[in-house]
Amino acid sequence: MTTTDWIFWVLDSAAVKWVALIMIFVMPVSSLLTWAERRQSAMMQDRLGPNRANIGSIKLWGILHFIADAIKMIFKEDFIPEKAHKGLFILAPILSLAPVFIAFAVIPFGPTIYPHELGSVIPLSNPIEAEHAINLQVFNVEWGLLFYFAILTLANYGSVLAGWASYNKWALLGGLRASSQMMSYEVAMGLSLMGCFLVMGTLEPDAMVQWQTSNPAHWGIVVQPLAFVLFFTSAIAETKRAPFDLPEGEPEIIGYFVEYSGMRWGMFFLAEFIEIVFIAAVIATVFLGGYQVPFLEADGFHFAGTSLAISHGFVVLMQVGALATKILFLCFAQLAIRWTLPRFRPDQLMDLGWKRLLPLALFNLMLTALVMAVL
Amino acid sequence: MGHHAEAPEESTEALLVLSVSKKNKNIRTVQVNRPEPEQVNFLPALAKGLGITLKHFFGNVVARKHTETMQYPEETKAYPERNRGLHRLMLREDDTERCVACMCCPTVCPANCITIVPAERDDAGIEKRPAIFEIDELRCVVCGLCVESCPCDAIRMDTGVHATAVEHRHESVMDKSALLKSGTKSIAVQGGTGPNWRK
Repeated sequence: MTTTDWIFWVLDSAAVKWVALIMIFVMPVSSLLTWAERRQSAMMQDRLGPNRANIGSIKLWGILHFIADAIKMIFKEDFIPEKAHKGLFILAPILSLAPVFIAFAVIPFGPTIYPHELGSVIPLSNPIEAEHAINLQVFNVEWGLLFYFAILTLANYGSVLAGWASYNKWALLGGLRASSQMMSYEVAMGLSLMGCFLVMGTLEPDAMVQWQTSNPAHWGIVVQPLAFVLFFTSAIAETKRAPFDLPEGEPEIIGYFVEYSGMRWGMFFLAEFIEIVFIAAVIATVFLGGYQVPFLEADGFHFAGTSLAISHGFVVLMQVGALATKILFLCFAQLAIRWTLPRFRPDQLMDLGWKRLLPLALFNLMLTALVMAVL
Repeated sequence: MGHHAEAPEESTEALLVLSVSKKNKNIRTVQVNRPEPEQVNFLPALAKGLGITLKHFFGNVVARKHTETMQYPEETKAYPERNRGLHRLMLREDDTERCVACMCCPTVCPANCITIVPAERDDAGIEKRPAIFEIDELRCVVCGLCVESCPCDAIRMDTGVHATAVEHRHESVMDKSALLKSGTKSIAVQGGTGPNWRK
């Protein structure tokens, strides 16, 4: 192996791609979301929000608050209640944080990169036989979305164990609420995705993106509009945020992490925001064309007969940028919904999940199956 | 028995009774006020709510349209002209204090926060001056009676400065030099012009 071979082999290894994805995109975005949420909610409620954290004269509208928060949480007292189950108490935040990180592996964050062709235009008709290729999806498996469901269900253990291990009635109530909510909404969530599975014929996220093509009229949100609404709703319920923030339930039970303090609490907090980014990434991939830019093919723009050739490097940049834009927009939408809607009562929550979302998801599935059978 | 028969009627008073069963008068058809379809179906309400919040969001992000917040230490509200702040002692033309130690202000002060120790003044026309003039700003109730009572415009409360936070109580006592520091010359004519000063 030559040196360049070795470099590209390292760059294409799953661990490197995963760490790069987490460090370059996921962590910065989710930590900034902790600031963005407070600032956005303030703007929606005619307040100013946190705008004062600064380093000297560098103020940046208070973006540095996330650093201040991290420093604060690291140096706060790490309190473990006397009667808490120490092992589970320590394990719980890790169990809520780790699965979300792992689940990011199935999201395709861009097209396959051919490092030697960055400057040239790749012809559409005969794909090149490249010596090196970097696939921007960490974990490419046929059962990609099933993997995502399996992994994300593990995050449920985080909240339930936190509630159980805290030796606190309110925390336990929060944990129970979390588990019942996650179980109820995962059904509707999975069934709404089944519609997309029927249409696209695959559960592999990258193949789903390929199927959707660069034509927006062919994207998941157009093909499966009902599934989009259902999935979005139950995905918000999965993140345990308002209007579905019953496990937290600040006014009454404070939630499954009531006994947590310092950075352990911070891990729950961060897990919630990473879940927002992750849900946005899944919705962007399945329903909004993933990294597809409207009318941009691998060799350039094609629109109504005219075409504009663009080199491979720029195409990759634009497609990765497009996915980032879609994810950021969906994060914004989630925050906007979170600060618009009041909280459900537990009975309303169950009512919505089992009596509305589930029948609608089944209806959508049957309708899709019928249409598929007829066509 | 009659009491028991009446009880259900009270509880269903608000409902419109459409028909009553002939066999059992307690069995009746009532009209129930179900929520409107738009309340049951969540999406239109969601869209409406999002419309309002996003209108505020973009209005505030682009032009701070609805926010009323004042960034306090950087921006401050202008006080009204007659605001009463910390005291100051006014000056004569020769930069000495105007105060003649007449003891009007410590006499009228309801909080007993003014201490004056009078002394003789060298100037032939003016008999007294305060050797010590101290105001305990922690005791002061900011009533302004000292200013009202002063016959020679020697004490004022127009500095527009709040009593500042201090670590020890004695630091809040302002002595004569501190009071004179923000003093200026008053245009009021004072003393020595004789009984016909009104002309």
